Amino acid sequence: MATMNMVKALNSALDVMMERNPDVLTFGEDVGYFGGVFRVTEGLQARHGKQRCFDTPIAEGGIVAAAIGMGAHGLRPVVEIQFADYIYPAFDQIVSEAARLRYRSAGQFSAPITIRSPYGGGIFGGQVHSQSPEGLFTHVAGLKTVVPSNPYDAKGLLISAIEDNDPVIFLEPKRLYNGPFDGHHDRAVRAWAGRPEAEVPEGYYKVPLGKAAIVRPGQAVTMLAYGTMVHVAVAAAEEAGIDAEIIDLRTLIPLDIETIEASVRRTGRCVIVHEATRTSGFGAELIALVQEHCFYHLEAPIERVTGWDTPYPHVFEWEYFPGPARVIEALRRVMGDGR
Amino acid sequence: MTRAGIATPKPVSPALDDIVPPPLTGLRIPEPQARPGTAPDFSGLVLPHAGAARRPAVDDHPGLFRELAYDLIRVLDEDGNAVGPWAPSLDPQLLCAALMDMLVTRAYDHRMYRAQRAGKTSFYMKSTGEEAVSVGAALALTNADMCFPTYRQQGLLISRGYPLVDMMCQIYSNARDPLKGRQMPVMYSSREHGFFSISGNLGTQFSQAVGWGMACAYKRESHIAAAWIGDGATAEGDFHYALTMAAVYHAPVILNVVNNQWAISSFHGIAGGLETTFAARGIGVGLPALRVDGNDLLAVYAATSWAAERARRNLGATLIEMVTYRREGHSTSDDPTRYRPVDEPDVWPLGDPVERLKRHLVRLGIWDDAQHAAATAQAEEQVKAAAKEAEGFGTLGSDQRPSVASMFDDVYEEMPWHLRRQRQELGI
Ligand SMILES: Cc1ncc(C[n+]2csc(CCOP(=O)(O)OP(=O)(O)O)c2C)c(N)n1
Ligand SMILES: [Mg+2]
Repeated sequence: MATMNMVKALNSALDVMMERNPDVLTFGEDVGYFGGVFRVTEGLQARHGKQRCFDTPIAEGGIVAAAIGMGAHGLRPVVEIQFADYIYPAFDQIVSEAARLRYRSAGQFSAPITIRSPYGGGIFGGQVHSQSPEGLFTHVAGLKTVVPSNPYDAKGLLISAIEDNDPVIFLEPKRLYNGPFDGHHDRAVRAWAGRPEAEVPEGYYKVPLGKAAIVRPGQAVTMLAYGTMVHVAVAAAEEAGIDAEIIDLRTLIPLDIETIEASVRRTGRCVIVHEATRTSGFGAELIALVQEHCFYHLEAPIERVTGWDTPYPHVFEWEYFPGPARVIEALRRVMGDGR
Repeated sequence: MTRAGIATPKPVSPALDDIVPPPLTGLRIPEPQARPGTAPDFSGLVLPHAGAARRPAVDDHPGLFRELAYDLIRVLDEDGNAVGPWAPSLDPQLLCAALMDMLVTRAYDHRMYRAQRAGKTSFYMKSTGEEAVSVGAALALTNADMCFPTYRQQGLLISRGYPLVDMMCQIYSNARDPLKGRQMPVMYSSREHGFFSISGNLGTQFSQAVGWGMACAYKRESHIAAAWIGDGATAEGDFHYALTMAAVYHAPVILNVVNNQWAISSFHGIAGGLETTFAARGIGVGLPALRVDGNDLLAVYAATSWAAERARRNLGATLIEMVTYRREGHSTSDDPTRYRPVDEPDVWPLGDPVERLKRHLVRLGIWDDAQHAAATAQAEEQVKAAAKEAEGFGTLGSDQRPSVASMFDDVYEEMPWHLRRQRQELGI
């Protein structure tokens, strides 16, 4: 075991996989010599060689297309898109190509690729360094979408993603890279060290795709969250003194519906939180599923707390970010207080 | 699958190893000449003499001067003389004004960088060493020509007289920010000054500029468009869309590649700069292509004027590679000493654009060291005074900011019900 922040844990996942499997390689903008703008690939070029960890032209479509070609020819590329906000030039390659290759070739070809990308707000990055585009990918048949919320899961999920034979969109909440963040932006920045999730095995282990984690057991209401919002949900539940059960989805597709269903059937209430814009966001899918699976157990309308349907505004970062105060209001509404 | 007794004819393909042995080296990954700890090395950059490149007529067929895509158009020689067919005849007063614009741009960058370091804003990007690229272009264009810049052409705004205070208010996302606090620092927009809204997503502006130019042609205007893109961003699809569309429609647009050698930590070779020049990208689509000393304001001006005349006469677009050097970090989030030699900026062979223009003006006998020192001090004073005023309207993190309710404006022309509801939810 070693204490790792999320950057180190992701770096360790790549390192372990490159060590184990010569077909694993990683590339993207500034990931080679420099080690990535967030340092996730630091040292990998020195350890594994230039051919296995290298810089690419600034061409996200080209990066993903090359990964597809390599993946189809037996390699396991892990590519970094420098910010999720810059994934759109690759959208066609992801949506029309990676996602459908297995289907359209009746299994002759597939794209066993992992597309890593830092996402989400909280760093005053304005509209092009803050977006949460997960809903664009969960809407596409053939893609898996993964979002870790802590170093231990980040490493184990990334290893699972690399070993998975389907294309995986792996979104890393950049505000969590160096420490947990519960939305209290006015408080001192915290580090991962000292938290149990930061105790990470140095070697190989997996956190399976498709399995959620109950990060806080409770009886009164179920909260569904992923990424940074897991920490916001925990803070909100604690500050409101509500016995909420908090489920960290970890994988959005395939979704662990069993864990969700069992919890909501027990609590009868559900609050969904995500940072992405509201309309047609993943929360909408979760509401539909909870409604389909748990309708007769529900005691209150399902609530969702999300980013607003605007681009991410630079100066209004904290009015935009769905922090604990807004989550607490939603919790109170589903609990029937303050109506 | 052979059935007993029936021989299946098999096509014979020769084993690949009989034709060529398998390569032993594997994948080629380009490397820069120097890294931290080694001596900087620009021996790969061939420097032709100033004045040596020929100047074609603007209506010459692009096929007749392809060599200019591999050459380097330079006007200022070592001693500060303007030489050769590209040497423009410019009113010396305009040259002094251009020098002043470069000095103000430099002082502005310096001050805003320090403001970020002092916690007054979240982010900043300098254009130090590249001032001639934007100031020289502004000199050759009219304010009605729409510019589609990257985040490193602040010199365009300064040359066009956009108030420094407005620029700074954008940097501070404060109560007077013309963009209402929505954009990250340096992502300016000023329609009035012919400065298109900066996106942040690399490359997108390049092909939009072609569209703007196409609209100019459609409307039979004599205005044109001009666009800038970094060496790194030429790898994006948008760069290539722009070249093809501009060539096909003879769009009146000037397409500039600012080759400052680096794209964050990636040297120009990662964008394909070792294989051929960036200007040469134009040749394959049939565009006229010029490669220009981007630290030579006169060369920048001359090439831009040439391309502007071509565009205004409806002869079509020009691709220009401006060869320059990014002296500072990519942005306030970057530390260039991690990936290039610390002293690399000092040995950049094309020198400093401010110094080079200064030498020319001294040579012309209209400028001297004392005047230069006074102008530098004046630029710093001007910037300082503007900063004081701008900070009076707030800095990032202060409570002087645009109204929170405005966050929901302009998503659509008219606010749909769901946004009104969300604004209410926020309690404003
Ligand atoms: C589509 C897209 N991909 C990646 C980025 C991240 N990024 C911002 S600037 C930059 C380097 C750009 O280098 P270059 O085009 O040479 O311009 P320079 O910064 O040198 O002026 C990168 C990779 C981005 N802004 N947009
Ligand atoms: Mg560059």
